[in-house]
Amino acid sequence: MNIRKVFFLLTTCASMMATQAIASIAYISNEKDNTLSLIDLDTLEVIDTVNVGQRPRGIVFNKDFSKLYICASDDDTVQVMDVASHKVINELPSGEDPEQFALHPDNQRLYISNEDDALVTVVNTDNRTVIAQIDVGVEPEGMAVSPDGKIAINTSETTSMLHWIDTETNTLIHNTKVDQRPRHVEFSKDGHQLWASAEIGGTVTVLNVDNKQVIKKLEFKIRGIHPDKIQPVGIKLTRDGRYAFIALGPANHVAVVDAKSYEIIDYLLVGRRVWHMEFSPDEKLLLTTNGISGDISVIDVDNLNVTKSIRVGRYPWGIAIRP
Amino acid sequence: MNLLAYGHVFYGILLRELMKFIHQRSRFFSALVRPLVWLAVFAAGFRAALGISIIDPYQTYITYEVYITPGLIAMVLLFNAMQSSLSMVYDREMGSMRVLLMSPMPRSYLLLCKLMASAIVSLPQAYAFLLIARLFGVKPPLEGFFWLAPALLISALLLGALGLFISSFIRQLENFAGIMNFVIFPMFFMSSALYPLWKMQEAGEWLYRLCVFNPFTYCVELIRYSLYGQFNSEALLIVLTSLILFIFLSILCFNPQRGH
Repeated sequence: MNIRKVFFLLTTCASMMATQAIASIAYISNEKDNTLSLIDLDTLEVIDTVNVGQRPRGIVFNKDFSKLYICASDDDTVQVMDVASHKVINELPSGEDPEQFALHPDNQRLYISNEDDALVTVVNTDNRTVIAQIDVGVEPEGMAVSPDGKIAINTSETTSMLHWIDTETNTLIHNTKVDQRPRHVEFSKDGHQLWASAEIGGTVTVLNVDNKQVIKKLEFKIRGIHPDKIQPVGIKLTRDGRYAFIALGPANHVAVVDAKSYEIIDYLLVGRRVWHMEFSPDEKLLLTTNGISGDISVIDVDNLNVTKSIRVGRYPWGIAIRP
Repeated sequence: MNLLAYGHVFYGILLRELMKFIHQRSRFFSALVRPLVWLAVFAAGFRAALGISIIDPYQTYITYEVYITPGLIAMVLLFNAMQSSLSMVYDREMGSMRVLLMSPMPRSYLLLCKLMASAIVSLPQAYAFLLIARLFGVKPPLEGFFWLAPALLISALLLGALGLFISSFIRQLENFAGIMNFVIFPMFFMSSALYPLWKMQEAGEWLYRLCVFNPFTYCVELIRYSLYGQFNSEALLIVLTSLILFIFLSILCFNPQRGH
């Protein structure tokens, strides 16, 4: 009997350790606290808070999740954090006021938008040198690299343009005018579509990457919320191409869009000023950063409902998830 | 007196309440329409006016419709309890109570049966409302429907006992307006049914105190927590204590001769 009990305890402990080992962790940058909040995706609780540089905004992991790149906007640098020790081990010459960036699929080149300088800086993360600086429109913000790595897209908020950059030559090859204040761009997983949000325009434009033509422009309407408050920012597309999720900023809602028919399926209520989002590795959960209410809302992707909101630091901005 | 006889009496009283309920279709209809009007009109109008924040037992941000649903379920129970207690006055006047009281059972037992029967009758009304509320986007977890049942029963018993206690002071069957004005409205408005109590505290400390001492508040909270599969021991304790108190008082004050 006793042996059985011991065996039972051992197996329980082992299984608990196993689940702990595979628990995914969400890293959230808190813009005003200069910290990262870490959330365990199994328990959905904050497990740690780590100090980083001033005004952390965009964050992204390298391919093997050993390093986390952090835009420390007010320190005019991109910090490199060792994920195992949570220590900042390096800094990258990012140019002034880095806000968002995208890591090239080669795991080496980082495309950084410099909001104050109307530049995109390309940095080699291995030897920490600037490879190129590309002139773009005023107030560059959103940044994305296509899955095949051939094109990088930058959005400029004041010029209201998408700038297409050839990553071979690091030169500007095309501009597309979109609605006012484009903030974020996201490629579909197959690389054939580009989704771009316009904060003031209140729209999301879907483009065909191959011919650079607009496929569809999405507009949003939420009962009881003034149209001025509907300001699309973050975009996330599911791998299977089924849904697109659009964070609508001060409207405090996330729009769920059928990514095939472009119909808006639902609006999900989250915290105040929802900004960026990230999926859990299995895409069962979508986490949103809610700047003003200082929390993270968790969306159940299968059931399309919000299950929980978790308090983090002040003004959560960026989010990245480590499996 | 054996248990069978006790059971028989309860069955008889329950059957009478059920028959009354089934035959009064308009009562069922109005029991549903009343909270639905609040949900569809009042809640829609106040959706933007009242701030949304995370409070227990909710795990995230909720719409105002979601917030007031437990309060409206409690309102269904409250109206049912008051109507049932008022029917006691009617029974007393019409003489049908004499038939009941001819039973050899102790009077307190008969009253308890009456309370229980009325509470059971209120359950389908509450559940029917909750089902329709789903159309308005109020979708509590399914296990909540299960945990809700005991919370509803205890709350309905408390409100019924309260109604019984009040009815023993009513001499004659007047219109329902008196009960509405002096019992239902104050109880409903001075509770956490329409607004969280911390909002009341912002408005004024004495008003907040009134809400805190209102047993209806705890019925609402008990229902709210159980609807989300959670247990609120404070609410349960207060509801149970008030239940025992009002059952005791209503039995003590019950006088079938009143009004004659």
